[in-house]
Amino acid sequence: MEPITIVKSKVAPMDRADVDTDQIIPKQFLKRIERTGFGEFLFFDWREEDFYLLDRPEYAGARILVAGRNFGCGSSREHAPWAIQDFGFDVVIASSFADIFRTNCTKIGMLPVVLPEDDVRTIMREALDQPGIEMTVDLEECAVALPDGRTVEFHIEDSVRDRLLNGWDDIGLTLRRSEVIDAYEADREREGPVTTILL
Amino acid sequence: MGKTLFRKVWDLHEVAPEGPEGPAILYIDLHLVHEVTSPQAFDGLRMAGRPVRRPDRTLATVDHNVPTIGRERGIEDDLSRLQVEALERNAAEFGIPLFSLTSLRQGIVHVIGPELGFTQPGMTIVCGDSHTSTHGAFGALAFGIGTSEVEHVLATQTLPQGMPRTMRINFEGAMPRGVVAKDLILGAIGQMGVSGAQGHVVEYAGEAIRGLTMEGRMTVCNMSIEGGARAGMVAPDDATFAYVEGRMAAPRDFAQAVEGWRTLPSDPDAQFDREMDVDVPSLAPQVTWGTTPGMVAPITGRVPTPEQYDDPTDQEAVRRALEYMGLHGGEAMEDIAIDTVFLGSCTNGRIEDLRAAADVVRGQSVKDGLRAMVVPGSMAVKAQAEDEGLDEVFRGAGFEWRDAGCSMCLGMNPDILQPGERAASTSNRNFEGRQGKGGRTHLVSPAMAAAAAITGHLVDVRTFDAALAGA
Repeated sequence: MEPITIVKSKVAPMDRADVDTDQIIPKQFLKRIERTGFGEFLFFDWREEDFYLLDRPEYAGARILVAGRNFGCGSSREHAPWAIQDFGFDVVIASSFADIFRTNCTKIGMLPVVLPEDDVRTIMREALDQPGIEMTVDLEECAVALPDGRTVEFHIEDSVRDRLLNGWDDIGLTLRRSEVIDAYEADREREGPVTTILL
Repeated sequence: MGKTLFRKVWDLHEVAPEGPEGPAILYIDLHLVHEVTSPQAFDGLRMAGRPVRRPDRTLATVDHNVPTIGRERGIEDDLSRLQVEALERNAAEFGIPLFSLTSLRQGIVHVIGPELGFTQPGMTIVCGDSHTSTHGAFGALAFGIGTSEVEHVLATQTLPQGMPRTMRINFEGAMPRGVVAKDLILGAIGQMGVSGAQGHVVEYAGEAIRGLTMEGRMTVCNMSIEGGARAGMVAPDDATFAYVEGRMAAPRDFAQAVEGWRTLPSDPDAQFDREMDVDVPSLAPQVTWGTTPGMVAPITGRVPTPEQYDDPTDQEAVRRALEYMGLHGGEAMEDIAIDTVFLGSCTNGRIEDLRAAADVVRGQSVKDGLRAMVVPGSMAVKAQAEDEGLDEVFRGAGFEWRDAGCSMCLGMNPDILQPGERAASTSNRNFEGRQGKGGRTHLVSPAMAAAAAITGHLVDVRTFDAALAGA
């Protein structure tokens, strides 16, 4: 995956709480067996709604999405972060994310940033009131420079931060430790609790 | 200090603890695979030249997009057929057992795992599906993952994991008449909100949980994700062991297995990061009125209005939900007319669910003009129901009797709501468009769905007989 370090970009708003992954990418697009090309179907059923602003020219090219609390709840479909990334976003900011969605983002090189609700509201207001306004998200410093000039820090696990900064392949990292997996399996299958082997 | 059930299962599967090299690595005992979230993962393996590490700990079936009628004609939708064929090719290439469309063991992945005995206490179980939490009913640690993680498990049989927090939800007091597992979990979600358990593995405990059958416990654990939980678990007990015993994949030395499983329940002095109590005797049958599972009310209640909420974000969410649902707010729940009933899903598509619904339907007829369908959770459930004559009860009343799959729970196959149609559904999500664009969903238990099919409106199953007599 592509490394992420500093993202300076316009901010696009999705001012709704509890946005579920069925809205982010409706089910009819989950039949595709490719990993790319989902961006054109992002928020497909909301595109005609008044509150849907992502297609407005003022937000064109935005790489930062700011959203309401509990973003990405519901289905585990990774098609949701694929669609957001394919649309052009590298960063999603919200006061909370659903667990599986947040993990999925970090596995594909997209940065979920959790900020306090008040700061998210500030960013949301700026993005709505001054369309096209820019801000900076710095993963190296774990800091967001708000449009109003303040800087706020965010928390992310060190291992996730390292992986995103370097664009490392998670599977490759685990396979480098395959000897501990071998040892675990050997132990478990000799003496461990009974679990069935399927074949 | 004692350990929680969750922590015991975690510790048994920790291949490497969290350290300078990264997060903890957790071993996965059972990886369930289906057609929708796996093709890109297999492509990733091929591109990197990686094999599946443990095909013998991997099990595949088709459920999300498959037709539930006319299977002898194959799958007419081109994209769905390609997706199923891709899984068939991938399973053959990587040596993974697959129960495909024509198998008698085909079914919803979270129904067949338990019914074939693959799901056992103390296991770690993952699947590219958020309702994997269902398997936690057996005292397994089971959670949904994305496609990148599916690929990770296929390649390494492990997952890097941060340590979740723990939460215990205590269902205190006895179950009132007419209240079932679905009402327990909907009531809990209504109480804590749809992100109330975010970041937590929940253990469901208390007198009401102990009294549930395994089917009921699966219904409760299934909807853990709708409260935001990472996973849901119930301590294994004699009911659990009795369910597993004799099933196809049950351990051969069963007595020895049970001896190990008996050590799993949380120690009496185990501490949880959070506790929540649900007052079971005060619960009535639950019905959702909005577009999240947390927008729920007792059937005896009324649809709320935005003004009843303090938080402006909540007010806006309720306003939008009412608009989408075609409600004004203030309606009595029992006055809401419906035109579709869906009975099925990984939440409520098991034999006990079908029996509960059949008991309500027996000798009655589906309301004129109403469409009602039963989609058994697996072909084995379907066969069992037919042995018991339940198909005749449903068909005789005017229900459609279908083959197994996820069906109208998520509407990836042709079973969908049309815009404006309103369903009483035994599934797990009432999101906008979940069952079809513009479709409106009220989540209920199987008996409540069956009663609604007869009367044509949401109705309290406890007073259903009287309502019919007075009609």
